[in-house]
Amino acid sequence: MPATKLSKAATQDHASRIFDLDVSSLRELNQALHNLAPGSNETAWEVLHPKGSHSVAVGVDQPVSIDVRGSVGYYCGGMNSGSTITVHGSAGPGVGENMMSGSIIVKGDASQYAGATGKGGLLVIEGNASSRCGISMKGIDIVVHGNIGHMSAFMAQSGNLVVLGDAGDALGDSIYEARLFVRGKVDSLGADCIAKEMRPEHLELLQGLLDRAGITGVKPSEFKRYGSARTLYNFNIDNADAY
Amino acid sequence: MCGIVGLFLKDKSLEPKLGAMLSEMLVSLSDRGPDSAGIAIYGAPSRNEAKITIQSAKPARDFRDLDSELAKAIGVPVSIAVKSTHAVVRTAPAKIDEAREAIQALRPDIRIMGAGDVVEIYKEVGLPEAVVDRFDVRKMAGTHGIGHTRMATESAVTTMGAHPFSTGADQCLVHNGSLSNHNNVRRELVREGMKFETENDTEVAAAYLSSQMAHGKNLGEALEGTLSDLDGFFTFVVGTKNGFGVVRDPIACKPAVMAETDQYVAFGSEYRALTKLPGIDNARVWEPEPATVYFWEH
Repeated sequence: MPATKLSKAATQDHASRIFDLDVSSLRELNQALHNLAPGSNETAWEVLHPKGSHSVAVGVDQPVSIDVRGSVGYYCGGMNSGSTITVHGSAGPGVGENMMSGSIIVKGDASQYAGATGKGGLLVIEGNASSRCGISMKGIDIVVHGNIGHMSAFMAQSGNLVVLGDAGDALGDSIYEARLFVRGKVDSLGADCIAKEMRPEHLELLQGLLDRAGITGVKPSEFKRYGSARTLYNFNIDNADAY
Repeated sequence: MCGIVGLFLKDKSLEPKLGAMLSEMLVSLSDRGPDSAGIAIYGAPSRNEAKITIQSAKPARDFRDLDSELAKAIGVPVSIAVKSTHAVVRTAPAKIDEAREAIQALRPDIRIMGAGDVVEIYKEVGLPEAVVDRFDVRKMAGTHGIGHTRMATESAVTTMGAHPFSTGADQCLVHNGSLSNHNNVRRELVREGMKFETENDTEVAAAYLSSQMAHGKNLGEALEGTLSDLDGFFTFVVGTKNGFGVVRDPIACKPAVMAETDQYVAFGSEYRALTKLPGIDNARVWEPEPATVYFWEH
């Protein structure tokens, strides 16, 4: 994308570079974000009128902050590496999918499979998340202020899922090694997921996660920990029904 | 994928804009399904008229003089309003079944899209924009409506394979997903006397609901039955003469989002279908729970 066209599409003010998706295209926004070189001074971005668009700010790999004013569709912030994305609205399916590092904050609700396969970074959902939150998570930290839907943390491999509200059915089905902390009720646990003792190191870890997510007035001792019973690691014919 | 939308108005002042609002919603989801599109609009009821929406691949031949021939056949006045490949036949409510049979006898190539006191159904192969333009849907008024843009997975890309499917008076259904036990359910419904026009799985779901309601269940109870009797992936949005319902299967992997204000209830496969609705920024927006029936009636 030639720079001249981009500069027409985006206006610069003192604080941030503003992209209005009523005026410029999503591709122009994402290309401008991908064009950021290490050390760029353009560290603050604002996206207006996202109108549920797909793939807003995917694949950003510089430590910039991006404020999205409105609700987004599929895959917002996917593959994020180092940026801080704040959605001032709700997010569609797959927000923060395969995130590597950085953080994504959703002020509203998130749809299905938030943070799926995330390898790192922090995803905070200030509303509720839907089904399959943190499915196959591989190191990401996810903090949900509200509730999460069914089959969350399915096949979770690493990382932490913190839920201040309730969890739906089959939490942590076929979980490997991630840690799940739920403050409210859990409708049911999935195969090989069990409640576990909250030891001092877990209280400390959880306090750190709550601090990073900017949550105050909630104590780690209010949560229960869930994780893998590790009975499905190696195939055993006696467990065949559980797979 | 498929994209589905629905809009149920509570505020009468929006009724003249129903077609425009629903068209906008459907066009926004065009890239979820490029194969065909369709829309069902529930208009104002009239005491002395019911409607049959018909379709023909050769409208110039099939619709010419159909009104006078039909009137002669059933013995009451008939009017026809032609819109491209579709036409709406209006006649006395008591004569609707007779009129259906007479249409099929007089013009065997005509397909019946739907019938009832208030519903009109327009569906064709092509993108939503082309379909709503072709039938001037934006100018239509009504109380509620549903729409669909199809990515075909279960049956042929034809006009009859497009949604909505209507299998009972003023009843129709749009579907995102695929059913795995539709052949079995179809056989059971055929034994009951239901007739099918396609091999499409969605037509089975529509007929299932019609059958349940014919047995005295209300829309909510009929939708409840889909959870135990239909197997597969589905988000259904359903219209009846005065009702609007939504249900998702227990796994709920097909996307769905709803919004409600004092003026309307709206459904979209994605939030972007809802972004141009009035007052959406302050609407209650939520994702319908799996295996949970939602319905509204006027």
